Amino acid sequence: MTPATPVIEIKNVFKSFGDNDVLNGINITVNEGENLVILGRSGSGKSVTIKCLVGLVTADKGEIIVFGKDITQLRGDELNDIRTRIGFLFQNGALYDSMSVRQNLAFTLRHHTRGLSPEEIENRVMEALTNVGLEEAIDKMPSELSGGMRKRIGLARSLIIKPEIMLYDEPTSGLDSITSREITELMSTIQKKHKTTSIIITHDMASAKQTDARIMILKDGVINAEGSYEELEKSSDEWVRSFFI
Amino acid sequence: MDTYIKNIFTDTGNVSQFTGRFFKEIFKPPFQINEFIRQCYAIGYKSLPLVGITGFIMGLVLTIQSRPTLVKFGAESWLPSMVSLSLIREVAPVITALICAGKIASGIGAELGSMKVTEQIDAMEVSAINPFRYLVVTRIMAATIMIPLLIIYADLVGILGGYIGYNIHGSMNIYRYFSDVFEHLEFIDIIPATIKTFFFGFFIGLIGCYKGFNAENGTESVGKAANSAVVTASLSIFIIDMLAVQITDLFF
Repeated sequence: MTPATPVIEIKNVFKSFGDNDVLNGINITVNEGENLVILGRSGSGKSVTIKCLVGLVTADKGEIIVFGKDITQLRGDELNDIRTRIGFLFQNGALYDSMSVRQNLAFTLRHHTRGLSPEEIENRVMEALTNVGLEEAIDKMPSELSGGMRKRIGLARSLIIKPEIMLYDEPTSGLDSITSREITELMSTIQKKHKTTSIIITHDMASAKQTDARIMILKDGVINAEGSYEELEKSSDEWVRSFFI
Repeated sequence: MDTYIKNIFTDTGNVSQFTGRFFKEIFKPPFQINEFIRQCYAIGYKSLPLVGITGFIMGLVLTIQSRPTLVKFGAESWLPSMVSLSLIREVAPVITALICAGKIASGIGAELGSMKVTEQIDAMEVSAINPFRYLVVTRIMAATIMIPLLIIYADLVGILGGYIGYNIHGSMNIYRYFSDVFEHLEFIDIIPATIKTFFFGFFIGLIGCYKGFNAENGTESVGKAANSAVVTASLSIFIIDMLAVQITDLFF
């Protein structure tokens, strides 16, 4: 059996905003094709962790190695080369308000892969929308979409570039339980179909269970507990167990 | 007071840095031509009715208000040239720029501010799209080019308004009116006034973008960005105008 290749290594990363220390030497390793769920209370630094991974937030100290390169040392085009291999689903989809669904997807694809013909772009847009089951929304504006639809379109926009890593920032927050389940199913399907490595930031325990992923729990800016859903559910630490109640 | 002064210096430093980044990014490909054209349309074409109405009223009112004084001195025939000179040299550029500060700087501030708080700018960045080049450079360029054109349009409509204002109490045909206007108009009146409009446009775009791009998180900051963009852009128009008048006076 070949050893698993780590594609993401967060080593001893610190980040603070003013006097507020958010990350205090966090260490995370994610292997190729693996699904990782990061749990934690609001403000525990979960979103900051994945924003550090794509250079949206700059770490104060430590190494963040993605695809073998320390992104804390990269700038400009070098950083963008890494970003083109990563998909990011924002909490509210972050769709471009002034563009229709078609334009949102085509805009991202056109900037990612130069020289595509209009037909190729149209085919890729349709393929991405079919993957999330929203072909009929192609000409809608983001303001006409529901919360769940916005997340699906956001997901389609991330997937259109065929990323090797997918980062999900609270993909099911603010959604009803049925839509949450559908989004989680969609994430699992995508992970299996495209063999993407995924990090999912969530509060939603049902979603964490459904993804069948390795779970890490963040507390005071460090990883406090790690294991499968079943292992952590039976943890001797009362604080860890409190997530599963 | 200390904090207030510190904030002024910090803001000045940040705006200078933002301006430096603009000049650095403007020459780097790829050029966002489609977005630039879209912004020219939004800033220029969509402002035509507002600028047209205000320009017309400026010319009309200026003529009606100046008339009694000129009549008193027996200089009524100077009215077309006086009104056109005032419009071209000062009134139309400043009033139109202020109108544009209200419409365009606040619009850009609110648009970019809302994109910032809803993570749309972050989404561009993680998609390896340079948001500064796509959003900021195109808007500042469009404002720098379109606002002078809007001001020229306001000049023309204002002169036409002056013609109508003149004919409320007097009688003059349009050929005579325009020949009076152009007879006293020299390049020295037009060139410095036009040059300063590029600076008006540049600062309206720059301040709108700076305020929006640096909005903090939360919807409240969108309103603050829009409001602050209008106030700062309006103030900068008066300061630029004052400097432009001093420089023109020195050389011409």
